[in-house]
Amino acid sequence: MIAETGLAALWLAAGLAALQFILMVSALRSGLHVDRAMRGIAIVQGALTLISFAMLLWVFARTDLSVALVFENSHSAKPFIYKVAGAWGNHEGSMLLWVTVLAVAGAVFALLSRRTGERTMLAALGAQAALALGFYAFLLIASNPFARLNPPAFEGRGLNPLLQDPGLAFHPPTLYLGYVGLSVAFSLAFGALLTGEVDSRLARAMRPWVLGAWILLTLGITAGSYWAYYELGWGGWWFWDPVENASLMPWLAATALLHSINVLAARGALKAWTMMLAVIAFSMSMVGTFLVRSGVLTSVHAFAIDPERGTFLLALLGIYVGAAFILFAVRGASLKEGAPFELVSRETGLVINNLLLSVILGIVFLGTLYPLFVEAVSGEKLSVGAPYFNSVAGPLALLLAVLVGVGPLLAWRRERRPVFKLLTVPALLGVTALAITIILAPAIGILPRLGLTVAAYLAAASVLPLIGRNPVRTPLATWGMVVAHLGIAVALAGMAANAAFTSERLAVARPGETLSVGPWLVQFEGVTPVAGKNWTAIEAELRATRGSGPVTLRPQTRYFTDPPTETNEAAIKTFWNGQLYTVVGKSGREGGWQMRLWWKPFVTLIWAGGALIAFGGALALAGRLWRLRRRRREPGWRERYA
Amino acid sequence: MNCGVRFAPLLFLGLLIAGLIWRLATPADTNVKSRMVGQLVPDLSLAPAVPGKSGWPLRSSSCGPVVINFFASWCVPCIAEAKQLAELERQGVPIIGIAVRDRPEDVADFLARNSDPYLEIGADPESKVQIAFGSSGVPESFVIDPYCKIRHQHIGPIEPSDVATIRGQVEALRK
Repeated sequence: MIAETGLAALWLAAGLAALQFILMVSALRSGLHVDRAMRGIAIVQGALTLISFAMLLWVFARTDLSVALVFENSHSAKPFIYKVAGAWGNHEGSMLLWVTVLAVAGAVFALLSRRTGERTMLAALGAQAALALGFYAFLLIASNPFARLNPPAFEGRGLNPLLQDPGLAFHPPTLYLGYVGLSVAFSLAFGALLTGEVDSRLARAMRPWVLGAWILLTLGITAGSYWAYYELGWGGWWFWDPVENASLMPWLAATALLHSINVLAARGALKAWTMMLAVIAFSMSMVGTFLVRSGVLTSVHAFAIDPERGTFLLALLGIYVGAAFILFAVRGASLKEGAPFELVSRETGLVINNLLLSVILGIVFLGTLYPLFVEAVSGEKLSVGAPYFNSVAGPLALLLAVLVGVGPLLAWRRERRPVFKLLTVPALLGVTALAITIILAPAIGILPRLGLTVAAYLAAASVLPLIGRNPVRTPLATWGMVVAHLGIAVALAGMAANAAFTSERLAVARPGETLSVGPWLVQFEGVTPVAGKNWTAIEAELRATRGSGPVTLRPQTRYFTDPPTETNEAAIKTFWNGQLYTVVGKSGREGGWQMRLWWKPFVTLIWAGGALIAFGGALALAGRLWRLRRRRREPGWRERYA
Repeated sequence: MNCGVRFAPLLFLGLLIAGLIWRLATPADTNVKSRMVGQLVPDLSLAPAVPGKSGWPLRSSSCGPVVINFFASWCVPCIAEAKQLAELERQGVPIIGIAVRDRPEDVADFLARNSDPYLEIGADPESKVQIAFGSSGVPESFVIDPYCKIRHQHIGPIEPSDVATIRGQVEALRK
């Protein structure tokens, strides 16, 4: 009954979404006031999907083996937390999560949004319903998560050890929340293009959604990067894998949107461009989902390839993005650009920011899909890897980081003050960092060297907007911006330090042997067999010293029996100035063992920076929402803002 | 905004979707085709992989027609392929084996447990010959013509349905 309840809730939600869409079309034509009904329907629809998802969690929690999905992806011996996480660790469950987030976002929007005009709100709710409808159809027709298995199985098949990791259990849902949060921005842009009400009110209504989605995307990407770093045992934090790029592309678009939306909110300018970005940001989320779920690109993220599902998702992508682009083409001409601005102004800074982010997005997009197009046109097979992305996107990202220090200092419309003088100290810091790296590390590459230089400059430049202000009275949004920009400097420093100073040692070592890596002497004490609940392992004992007392590391090679899988469990020790990363491999000739050792100075700054960026976003979001609350208490806000 | 700019995104989307439809319709072929097909066999000599079978120079005055089969005792699909190789041998197709990254005792054990369809078996302990053939894994088979040219490549295990094809390829070269 549980599974059937879930399925019934899903059908009901789909019916309500259809109703919501039809109501929107007829209301926009007839001018009927149906906004209360629309809001109600959206809220009930969101609640129904929540019920449906809760039912899925329930069948997974109690390992109901009469449900095909549970049989495929769960096992009675799994730890409880991974039983529950197993609900979204597969195609059907993750698509149900996707549509649940979509519908709940629609419900929250219906519940809270009072800022746009009534017609735009109706159109946006209708667009959101249309989006959800496509994904309901996808679930109900092509990937029913509640399908029964008759007769029920005795035991489940899903005990994939790689999926039993907290990082993997929680980073996909975080990314999903971010992906789908952008759907509200898409729907609002669609609605505003339809009604022609593209103005600063719309921008203020859209902003919290973009900000929230962007925070979650930032967190999801940061967590995913750290998971790949420690779990795969390859010692790298970003591989330019198609699935990684699929999460980076919406982030880049959302970052651009986050900045252009401020221009629209504050000055009523960049209307067409901001609407385009809102469409593109969610389109990139759908492209990402398509790439991941259809398996058309070869990737370390091994997902099952299914042409039928791929075709379905591609059709949805074509319909939604196509409709938005057609609307843009038809209505774009009628959008009047807002207030003009001078060359040296905050607006110009944000335009340059958007241009650079868009070009980087284009570069990543091209690199990800280029192999596909070359093969389609010439039949030739090739792959695009880190050298392309680093050398093409890297310099642009550095240029952008330089400008991040300048933009926030500029005034709206026209800058008359000599603000560039403020940058003297940061520029001097950058030059000092450059000189130090040239003297102390003459051999490092040009990009890492410039990265360290820009990081030093930006760390100082990012806090300049706070200078001369009362820290208590400074708006939270400004604090958020400063913290996020500082986070860029921190992450950049980590990336550059890791690229410039990592020492690597690959060797076959016999027990008793000592290997050196960076400043460390690592003695290989020997190996011992270890057993866990569902695995056995060979565990190496390593004693590392660097002047002071030794630290012990115990990397493992684990063998899982059901299904037979071998994983490397890296042993990582974190110090204030870096990480020692050790992996033990197979036994080689004459009693030796393969060892991979890395000393990675300041590598942790990468993820600390990512977390700082997300925290900055959270501060800004809190500030905006707080201000909104306060305004609502003022008399007459409704007349002014609604 | 002029018309071209407004419709550019739509055009771009169309291109993207066309490309993705093409990919869905023609799933990627993950096999690595050898560039050596149509070329002469590499000029290498092989040591015998098991006692009792001789090693030989790959390029000689009378090369084929012959099937060169890359296999290994540690390779599970090679076990599945053994029946088909035995059938080919029964039908009079000469087969030469090359044992990739293997030990003599393991090869002997493998032949005893499955079957031994090979005229000769060469040892390729470091995959040198395999790489020279442009082969990316085991099992893989190549059909060689009388003039030492590589004519056909068969990637993966030989299935029962492939037996007739391979025999036909060898027969065609006999004329």
